[in-house]
Amino acid sequence: MTINPYLPYPVRIDDITVESEDKSLKTFKFVFLDPKNEEKFAYRAGQFAELSIPGTGEIPIGIASSPVEQGFVAFTVNKAGVVTSHLHNMKVGDTMGIRGPLGNSYPWEQLEGKDLLIIGGGFAFTTLRSSIVYLLHPDNRDRYGNIDVVYGSRTPGMLLYLDELKEWEKRDDINMHITVDGTDDPDWKYNIGFVPPIAEEKAPKSDGDTYAIVCGPPIMIKFTMPVLEKLGYDHDHILLSLENRMKCGFGMCGRCGIGKELVCKDGPVFTVAQVNETPKEF
Amino acid sequence: MKIIQINKSDWLAGLERSRKDYSLIGPVIEGNNVSRFRELAQGEEPDLSISATTLSPKSVVFPQSEVMFEYSLDPESIEYNIMRVPEKNYSQKAIIGIRPFDAAAMLMVKMNFDTPEYRDPYWCDAYESCTFIGLAVNNPLPDDFSTSTNCGPFSTEGLDVLLVDNGDHYLAQTITENGGSWLKAAGFEAEAPADAQKTIDSLKEAAEKKITTKIEHNAIKDKEVLDLYNEDYWEQVAFSCLNCGTCTYVCPTCWCFDIQDETSRKYGKRMKNWDSCMYPLFTIHTTGHNPRDTKTHRVRQRFMHKLKYHQDKYEKGIMCVGCGRCVTSCPVNIDIREVCRLMNG
Repeated sequence: MTINPYLPYPVRIDDITVESEDKSLKTFKFVFLDPKNEEKFAYRAGQFAELSIPGTGEIPIGIASSPVEQGFVAFTVNKAGVVTSHLHNMKVGDTMGIRGPLGNSYPWEQLEGKDLLIIGGGFAFTTLRSSIVYLLHPDNRDRYGNIDVVYGSRTPGMLLYLDELKEWEKRDDINMHITVDGTDDPDWKYNIGFVPPIAEEKAPKSDGDTYAIVCGPPIMIKFTMPVLEKLGYDHDHILLSLENRMKCGFGMCGRCGIGKELVCKDGPVFTVAQVNETPKEF
Repeated sequence: MKIIQINKSDWLAGLERSRKDYSLIGPVIEGNNVSRFRELAQGEEPDLSISATTLSPKSVVFPQSEVMFEYSLDPESIEYNIMRVPEKNYSQKAIIGIRPFDAAAMLMVKMNFDTPEYRDPYWCDAYESCTFIGLAVNNPLPDDFSTSTNCGPFSTEGLDVLLVDNGDHYLAQTITENGGSWLKAAGFEAEAPADAQKTIDSLKEAAEKKITTKIEHNAIKDKEVLDLYNEDYWEQVAFSCLNCGTCTYVCPTCWCFDIQDETSRKYGKRMKNWDSCMYPLFTIHTTGHNPRDTKTHRVRQRFMHKLKYHQDKYEKGIMCVGCGRCVTSCPVNIDIREVCRLMNG
């Protein structure tokens, strides 16, 4: 029997965590109804999947859990459209489907031995969380150089994975630079300011072979690019994870194209050098 | 190559004989003079006078709307929310009278649906169940430019049999074993006279001569993608476009589709429906941001995809077989040959 790539694996919602103070972001932990499907779903940090709700539709979401975490897959979902709103109303124990893993992931082999600068903004931190958990795992940490993370959101209450962020702050093998646009919390002990200026102030200069992974809203990316250029990062050393409207997720339905590249299959991760050769229709 | 002669007096009887192993699909004219390919009823004759059906036969393997999965929405059911592929009929089909450009288009679309990484089972299983009994185009329509697209009125690319109409009989070239099997099932076994190949060659020459519009596209592949994208002429090309999407629906090489869930009480189905890059909804994000938010973006996308992106991606030429349907059907006379001239110039 041939494999049908449109067929989702049946999953059960195992846990739901509200991630943000405005309750627009929830993390859904899924468990595969057939444990064998978890092996088939073997993924890499930076990939995405289609969350599939029978009767409602599908939505492509970056995988927030990490390949080094076993027994579940997790996605942090912003309540925005028909499918995500429906998902936000679902309960622990409900069944639905996931289809994937899809897309190309961050180039982990290529990044080995390199210093890494990870820059994230808002709720685009999901696959970056997956990446950081992967990098910090004892099996992997020695294979990569210094890791710096600049992560910002509007307010402290909008930061994702706050407990983990605080844990990472305490470690000496990762340099965290957490920031918020503003806060009236007198006990806030991290940075205040938009991501680009904080990056300019705190992020390390490129040693010529340092890689930057940037994931955030378009406005953040726009103002972060000149900062990275100033810090000496080459365009082929800056990795972006793009988004476009998708349906199939594996290169057939045709809608997520940017020139000859398809965001779903050739991406979602592209270097800035690659993106600059496309019409940038995203 | 063995050439079979099929007398037209025996044609219909042969089609009927082949039904014991094949269902038959062929061109028919329906309401409003719209012609298309569909399953032929017992005894129904395919209309082989149509040089290019209004709608291409792509729907034979890629229906305009197809059920991918069915599921129960009844929480009490043990099948609740579990997707099942409905029963499909992939028994042998003979596609009678498909024109060479349409068969060539199938191969182009196959590159999208049958890749080393993923295989669309709906498209591929349907395609593999087909035997393509082609019919050479003796009388190309005025908008046909298939001689400029590595195709032509007598091309055998993607065909299992090529029929050539020669007055009171067809000359049938067997291209593949599958084609041979259909001819045998139809009882068409009389060998044509020795000069049949000569007859075919001269009919081919005559047909090719009737195609007077040519396009050049050799220069496009060496041009920079962004130079073409940023050309000034796109506004002018798109000016009259209504974004109606007709060009994409009649095109045999357009394959973009949408996936939608449809429900009725406790039953649901997931559909694969034709979609079109002419529509704003094709690319709009949930935020309201649309990367192709003007009709100029969308018109440019269609032509850039057909004439540039596809060439760059597969290095197998342009994604156009020169059937001319989009030219014929466009309500505002946008002409891919003109656009190709601009891009190649």
